[in-house]
Amino acid sequence: MRYIGKETSRVDGVAKVTGKARYVAEFPVKNPAYGFIVTSEIAKGSIKSINTEMAMKAAGVLKVYTHQNATKSQAKGNAYTALQSPKIAFSNQPIALVVAETYEQARYAASLVKAEYNKEKPQTDTLEANKVATNKVTRRTPNTRGNTQTGLTNSDVKIEAEYTIPIEHHNPMEMHGAIAFWEGDKLMMFDKSQGVYGVRGHLAQSFGIPAENVKVVSLFVGGAFGASLKPNYYPFMTAMAARDLKRPVKINYTRRQMFQGHGYRPFTYQKIQMGATKDGKLQAVVHESVGNTASYENFQENSSGFGRTLYKVPNYDSKYNLVKTDLPTPVWMRAPGAVSGAFAIESAIDELAYKLKIDPLEMRKINYAEKDPETGKPYSSKELMKCFDVGAKTFGWKKRKLEPRSNKDGNWLVGMGCGIGTWGAWQAPAGAKVTLRADGTVHIGSATADIGPGTYTTMTMIASEFLGIKPNQVKFELGKTEFPRAPSQGGSITTASVGSAIYGASMNIRKKLFDMALKIENSPFIERRVEDTELMNGMLRLKNDSSKSVSVAELLKKNNMTEIVETYQAMPSKERANYTTMGHGIQFAEVKVDEDLGIVKVTKVIEATACGRVINPLTAHSQEMGGMIWGIGMALHEHTEIDHRYGRMMTTNFADYHIPSNADVGYINTEFVEEEDKIVNPLGVKGMGELCLVGAPAAIANAIFNATGKRIRDLPITPDKLI
Amino acid sequence: MKELNEGFESYDLVMHEDEMFLCEELTEDEEKLLDELGIHGASRRKFLGQVGAAGFGMLAMQVLAQQDTLAAEGLVDLTKSEPVSIENAVNVNMRINGVRKSLKVDSRMTLLDALRERLGLTGSKKGCDHGQCGACTVHVDGERHLSCLTLAATCEDKDIKTIEGIGDEKNLHPMQAAFVKYDAFQCGYCTPGQICSAVALLDEAKKGEVSYETENISAKTRPVQLSDDEIRERMSGNLCRCGAYPNILKAIKEVHTGKAVAQTWNFSERLDDIAENYEQEDANDETV
Repeated sequence: MRYIGKETSRVDGVAKVTGKARYVAEFPVKNPAYGFIVTSEIAKGSIKSINTEMAMKAAGVLKVYTHQNATKSQAKGNAYTALQSPKIAFSNQPIALVVAETYEQARYAASLVKAEYNKEKPQTDTLEANKVATNKVTRRTPNTRGNTQTGLTNSDVKIEAEYTIPIEHHNPMEMHGAIAFWEGDKLMMFDKSQGVYGVRGHLAQSFGIPAENVKVVSLFVGGAFGASLKPNYYPFMTAMAARDLKRPVKINYTRRQMFQGHGYRPFTYQKIQMGATKDGKLQAVVHESVGNTASYENFQENSSGFGRTLYKVPNYDSKYNLVKTDLPTPVWMRAPGAVSGAFAIESAIDELAYKLKIDPLEMRKINYAEKDPETGKPYSSKELMKCFDVGAKTFGWKKRKLEPRSNKDGNWLVGMGCGIGTWGAWQAPAGAKVTLRADGTVHIGSATADIGPGTYTTMTMIASEFLGIKPNQVKFELGKTEFPRAPSQGGSITTASVGSAIYGASMNIRKKLFDMALKIENSPFIERRVEDTELMNGMLRLKNDSSKSVSVAELLKKNNMTEIVETYQAMPSKERANYTTMGHGIQFAEVKVDEDLGIVKVTKVIEATACGRVINPLTAHSQEMGGMIWGIGMALHEHTEIDHRYGRMMTTNFADYHIPSNADVGYINTEFVEEEDKIVNPLGVKGMGELCLVGAPAAIANAIFNATGKRIRDLPITPDKLI
Repeated sequence: MKELNEGFESYDLVMHEDEMFLCEELTEDEEKLLDELGIHGASRRKFLGQVGAAGFGMLAMQVLAQQDTLAAEGLVDLTKSEPVSIENAVNVNMRINGVRKSLKVDSRMTLLDALRERLGLTGSKKGCDHGQCGACTVHVDGERHLSCLTLAATCEDKDIKTIEGIGDEKNLHPMQAAFVKYDAFQCGYCTPGQICSAVALLDEAKKGEVSYETENISAKTRPVQLSDDEIRERMSGNLCRCGAYPNILKAIKEVHTGKAVAQTWNFSERLDDIAENYEQEDANDETV
């Protein structure tokens, strides 16, 4: 490999460090008008009357839109669409849009819009809502594996525990925004999005126009983590106003609007019953979850499902209860379901290990699943056991004392804990158009996104590798609907999906060139197969004899061509169905706790990750670190507080909703345990961006128990819970 | 996951030959440099140390060129336009990145919005508009300031430096180069603010300004030697949701000390470097 697996600086790095990379709200369109969204003061009920007169009279105001004069959306489905009816389904729901000449004018005029409401009492407390039968949404649950009752009866040791995770918000640094303008019946949309095709479909449907009439562009995304997977309500509002006013309109959420404007990680209550024999073998797990959704739309996480594949347990039962609340709809947030489920399961197995006086890492080895315990299928690859050993060695797990409170550093209690994580290694259909030119340069277009993992760079590397060229000869473009469709950047599937498309296109280009080369006089490839050849530095040559080669430029010239264009759609292989394909990893955390003040410092983290082949260790490590830091936030800081009396989210800014800052983060090291996997996809890669978060909150909570002897099952573990 | 890919139907593949990118010509020297040192692999760090931005800037050019293709879709130079109506207009004269600028602004307009919406300097980012995230950090008269909490009207005669003035692709500031080298960002949105903060921070340390982490604040040792915890503390006004903090620390440390910082990842199990891995049959892939 010339490029794959080698640390490579981001190709968009300089654009980002010089401030030149343009995020969506930064495209300087001509004569933009500014929209400011006015939101509801109540959480449930309806608008009795809305007075926009004062706002309309304010300087610079072009128009005020409410449910009374807004365009009717033709969007299907239950997702919330703004300004369609007087009904209020959640607090801070948009009730008006003020558009003015400047941002300052729009913001001020927005404060002049006054509404009166028919108020109803909201229910935003999930566990309270769960007591009312009409709030419960019936969902399919997986079949019980074995018989959990028998399993629990056969267990020597049992635990039963309840875990809660509050609502959390993605809080990407870039606030959502869009710029829209129309040329006749054609819409041009700059939208912060993880998938431009999704936004295109949504807008085409909303306005009843053909999809071809909508162009969506999103070249750089300032973080998303799931918040931009579904089209949110603002693109429609932006495009509606732009069409009506016949000029470009720009809308940005405020940070407060970010909390109600794109979904969140749902509140989760989980009850675990777990039993094992004296020698630590798990006999049964009963996992019940309760999570919230909106009153108008169902969204469910797979928090109880992921645990089923973690350990070899003969008897397993998992249920998910979905409950309607008067809140906006939750949405996928980094490692959705998996991290919530893992916090419960990975805490519970730790509790059981202590009860059995078995080292928690040993406990995980005892119950190691060599094949998928759910389906019985083999894993396409699974080097988790190596991760255990490598991670434990690097971390210094041996120094750990099982007895809580037995390790001190001055005033600080020191604790060590671990948690394992797993994430599906999926692949989705993805297209890429690759153009190889006679001058050796390559252009690639694919409508994927780069929300931060380094997709621009990894795709450039993959193309360089298989087309035998240098990275600076490749121009990889993404984030435009004019390119072949690719899946939204979510679920850690991009490299597997889009990378496979670029690989496939490269192989087809090689085949075309090989066929051309066979036809030339004295072809060096007579009686050779295409597999024996490779593209390298502008030549098609034999792998084992580089003197047998043909110039690509000459081949094209001979065929009166200036370039080869290959559009390829990579599909997941059928063979995948015979296997379970997942990435695995373990996080080891060391914490120091000041018991007098309740302060927790995460001083050291080692994560060992087995996720197939690593394309770019530099950016992969950044993802791993980021996941771990999300784990710190989830374990120690993050909590969207709701005042249930008013059904209103209260911590809607960075002072009240604490995301980890630089001073919250200590030493983090990643050990990559590469796996050879010929099943998962042609590149042998597995997603890692979510995997690295899955075990992290439990690892930290377990370390805190090891330090203090206090088992905190209610996240986040704030100082008040430790004093 | 199914929901992510619902409705994945066949679609048109429209050719846009007019937007094809033409690779910049490499000079002979640059070609040689890339060949010898590479922009990747073990030699990457050495390369960055030796030639700074010159080489890998070419890769950035490709991304920047991509944005230029949007020129046909309504890109205009905003800096010349002024809104039709401005209430309580205030005339303000500032030096921005060394250039004198006169603006007529709404008295409520923040410096951040003036930069982004009126001057086309979108490198300064809006992450919260409340002075809580640091993405909008710029230098005002040589000190770091939150431009979202600074009214443009208060900047009369001030010297403003934004990320665009710190360094550009042809002449990167060492801090910008170090951020690329240590991968001190992912999505890149907080990055300009982080770099503006980091550059100012080193100056603050030189002047002997203390922080919460400074051990002996009465000693007035000048300049302050920055420990890891000092840097973390002094950088905690700049939030990064991607979690690039440890790499931000490394980048600042290198610029502060002039010494490279050890990497924090490792391959414990490495796949053999054999191309045959890729020679499996493509039969599993269905081509369209």
